[in-house]
Amino acid sequence: MVDDLYQEIILDHSKHPRNCHFMGDANRHAEGFNPLCGDKLKLYLRVEGGIVKDVSFEGSGCAISTASASLMTESLKGKTKEEAMKLLDNFHDLLTTDSPVSQELGKLVVFCGVKDYPARVKCATLAWHTLKSALNNTGEPVSTE
Amino acid sequence: MSVLGSAIQAGFDVEQVRAEFPVLRQKVHGKPLVYLDNAATSQKPLAVIDAIRRFYEVDCANIHRGVHELSQRSTAAYEQTRVKAKLFLNARTRNELIFVRGTTEGINLVASSWGRKCVKAGDEIVIGAMEHHSNIVPWQLLCEEKGARLRVIPMNDRGELLMEEYAKLLGPRTRMVAVGHVSNALGTISPVREIIEMAHKAGALTLIDGAQAAPHMKLDVQALDADFYAFSGHKVFGPTGIGILYGKSKLLNAMPPYQGGGDMIRTVTFEKTTYNDLPYKFEAGTPNIAGGIGLGAALDYVNRIGLDKIAAYEHELLLYGTEALSAIPGLRILGTAREKAAVLSFVMEGIHPHDIGTVLDRMGIAVRTGHHCAQPVMDWFGVPATTRASLAFYNTAAEIDALAAGIRKVKEMFS
Repeated sequence: MVDDLYQEIILDHSKHPRNCHFMGDANRHAEGFNPLCGDKLKLYLRVEGGIVKDVSFEGSGCAISTASASLMTESLKGKTKEEAMKLLDNFHDLLTTDSPVSQELGKLVVFCGVKDYPARVKCATLAWHTLKSALNNTGEPVSTE
Repeated sequence: MSVLGSAIQAGFDVEQVRAEFPVLRQKVHGKPLVYLDNAATSQKPLAVIDAIRRFYEVDCANIHRGVHELSQRSTAAYEQTRVKAKLFLNARTRNELIFVRGTTEGINLVASSWGRKCVKAGDEIVIGAMEHHSNIVPWQLLCEEKGARLRVIPMNDRGELLMEEYAKLLGPRTRMVAVGHVSNALGTISPVREIIEMAHKAGALTLIDGAQAAPHMKLDVQALDADFYAFSGHKVFGPTGIGILYGKSKLLNAMPPYQGGGDMIRTVTFEKTTYNDLPYKFEAGTPNIAGGIGLGAALDYVNRIGLDKIAAYEHELLLYGTEALSAIPGLRILGTAREKAAVLSFVMEGIHPHDIGTVLDRMGIAVRTGHHCAQPVMDWFGVPATTRASLAFYNTAAEIDALAAGIRKVKEMFS
């Protein structure tokens, strides 16, 4: 049923997104765009000594993309760049493969239901694609297309 | 139900109609399918499916080639569709109907062939504010290539073109006015007859994108005095990959070919090629023969029911749906033109269309969510996307009730 997709924690984060604000002292940032949905996202990072000290986002999107961005920001704080990239890979696998679920994902496993909704995978990964761009600091806007 | 009552009075039995569409007899995610995405593509009646099947089972051969029996049969059936399309649009002769892949190709054909020959730097092309991307981009490409200018007729907040502003856009530089008859994103029926008359007075030609009009209303290109009119087979209950471009023969005759290949030539030597007469001049290569034959069956089917009856019934459904959806708090319908086809495009406060679409899908209800290939319309209303329920004559008041109940459930979930 559709409740598998919209689990309570996803609904909560979509209605009350965490770390959803502009960050004045960010030293990395990137923009993400999903042209199919019109979802737009700005991601801000403060990286010091190779560690994500702070992370926030702004934007408008569907419940899945908003909750994904919100939960992503929560799980990134204190992680090294390498750990963040590893988490991204694990998250991507969770949504697109049947490989065993990584323990490191923590709360992010609530997105496992997205796998059964192929049209929505891009909604869940928008924030993460944007993260990759911010960490690599390419400065190029990211598009899911 | 008043809607069904009036339909029966009009000699229209929706249950009987539904029985002719096999696809409607299924459950999706355990619920009866409620198909409300007709503006994207319509479903196909048995008559169309049978015609395509018959072609492949019995008559399959290339057209305009062989002297053998099968080729003659397939040619006759394919060309018969051209005659049906002539009647459907009330064109003067069958030579004015060009088979294309769909509306998009029809518009591209005119922009490429007529545009390359007739548009020069400084010329102007006028389009409407709510065009589908396929009636924007071909003209943009042409304007870029020629140094011409694309001008846009603005609209009001109901989604109606501002005719006074249109009048101001017209001038000696205007070469072409290309507008949609019915907006796919909003449902607006634009006053194309008046638009064409004004364009002609300014010395400009006109192209009407009829993709959304053909399934819903009786068309008459002579009464409209349209120079070009395009529609798609798959939106009028026929197959995908086939459509019709109508053009006045004197214009088509003066235009250079669109693509080169078989069928569009008369003689070929390595030095020079002479082109075939209309309509074949614009039909290079083996076409979608089965699609063309299927389209003929679709036009027969629509005619048998009667476009006047279809339009009247759909109008009742639209009124019923507008009332049902308007009663939902926090729901705003976009596109409230006085003249409107059966499209209900809406947004809901705090809920993204993609979430609405996904939850409705799990209830067996198919709607479209997104920008509907009309991003400028979304920008105008300041929304990234809408949810769109688009109706056909096989939809029922009960299905509208299911939609409204589904939306209320979505609201419960996300608020």
